[in-house]
Amino acid sequence: MRENSWNTIRTALVEALHLILSGDPMLFQILRLTLEVALGALFLASLVGVPGGAFCGLRGSSRVRYVVRGLFYTAMGLPPVVVGLAVYLLVSRSGPLGDWAWLFTPRAMVAAQTLLAVPLVLGLTMAAVEAVDPALGPQLVSLGATSVQKARYILLEARGGVLAAVAAGFGAAISEVGAVMLVGGNIDGQTRVLTTAIVLETRRGEFSMALALGLILIGLTVVVNFGLLLLGRAGGIRAER
Amino acid sequence: MPNAEPLVHLVGIRQSYGGRCVLDLPELEIRSGEFLAALGPSGAGKTTLLRLLSLIEAPHAGFLRIEGETVAARPPLALRRRITTVFQRPRLLPRSVTRNVALGLDMRGVSDPQRVEDLIERVGLADFAHRPALKLSGGEQQRVAVARALAIRPHILLLDEATANLDPQNTAIIENLLVQEHRDHGTTIVFVTHDQFQAKRIARTCMMLLEGRIVAHQPVEEFFADSAAPEVRAFLSGELLFPRDDRSGSRPD
Repeated sequence: MRENSWNTIRTALVEALHLILSGDPMLFQILRLTLEVALGALFLASLVGVPGGAFCGLRGSSRVRYVVRGLFYTAMGLPPVVVGLAVYLLVSRSGPLGDWAWLFTPRAMVAAQTLLAVPLVLGLTMAAVEAVDPALGPQLVSLGATSVQKARYILLEARGGVLAAVAAGFGAAISEVGAVMLVGGNIDGQTRVLTTAIVLETRRGEFSMALALGLILIGLTVVVNFGLLLLGRAGGIRAER
Repeated sequence: MPNAEPLVHLVGIRQSYGGRCVLDLPELEIRSGEFLAALGPSGAGKTTLLRLLSLIEAPHAGFLRIEGETVAARPPLALRRRITTVFQRPRLLPRSVTRNVALGLDMRGVSDPQRVEDLIERVGLADFAHRPALKLSGGEQQRVAVARALAIRPHILLLDEATANLDPQNTAIIENLLVQEHRDHGTTIVFVTHDQFQAKRIARTCMMLLEGRIVAHQPVEEFFADSAAPEVRAFLSGELLFPRDDRSGSRPD
């Protein structure tokens, strides 16, 4: 049994390499869609979550921050499939947004992943901003900072935490399977992403292929996260000059 | 005192926290060019007064007039930018000394490298101009904070126990800088200190707060004279160093 598992892993590694090196068009189509959906969701989640988290951390009353924190904790334990179901009901033909014809399209997948990533990005950004030395705000104000300048300097101070928030949002988006399966339908060549392809290959009993896709997904996550780190480092060096 | 409009005029100010009044000022006038030391035991309301003057905090009752303008609940940026504060603990950014000193100018979209360089030299940090500010000692960081505040040419400079944790050498550098700034530019300076000797050394006027009230506000010679108010003499002799447990009772004789 143990021998079989090792064989599967060995075959998966070879298969993953083969898939990448052979330039398999199906794989690259899945990879492209996976990245497009996850990065699209991350962009939207950051667009809402970073300024929203900064605002709550800087200006929110203790009650607002309490509510945001509560939502953040709830989101941490929110079953993605329930979010997927909610999006499904919204965009299904008889739903309130049925006219948009988003069901079983990448747009619906982006919507579902965005809803899952926003609370993470917002909550962690708020925590990062709150962790900045509270003495900084009054000192910036006393030097004549506008509200926007104050937020900018504080966000720069909190950039490590904000970057972690964005990375967590990306992790939540790209690893999602239940919600995208529901609203995307896992249609070959149209809405199939790495996570849903892994589920499909496992169901078919193609464990080596499933594992190969899993390894590629992990590789992709590593590359994107290191990219984010490098981006933050470059931004930090520029800001500190 | 000249009879022109005071630079700062506080009327009917009352600041209360949790039902306790920490500052009660029926009237306070600060003249343009005044070099004022605010003294008093801990909990006397000195820092609260400074927060009001810096416009970081709005009065709970009463109002402020600064340079003839009544200060609104949300003071306009132009007014805020005429006042700056040096806090007891400087909070610098993780940048070079030069970038920190230029911070207030950057916020105004002004570039004046010569002024920044001059100030860095005046605080004795010319050799550290391009070093990361956070790598400096506490005293050096405070000198950067003072240079940063002076770079924006404030009309009113406030200092909240800015030299409280510094060694005599750093304290002397900052004191000299303040005296020069006041002499050369007539900047109005209000500084909170626990050090009566520092007040005597550099201030022109002294104010003493006790239990949220002003008990003296007079030229430095009169403040330190034998004829000063009994509360002042009690404070200067060290009798009022520790706040009394019962703050709601009558003031000391």
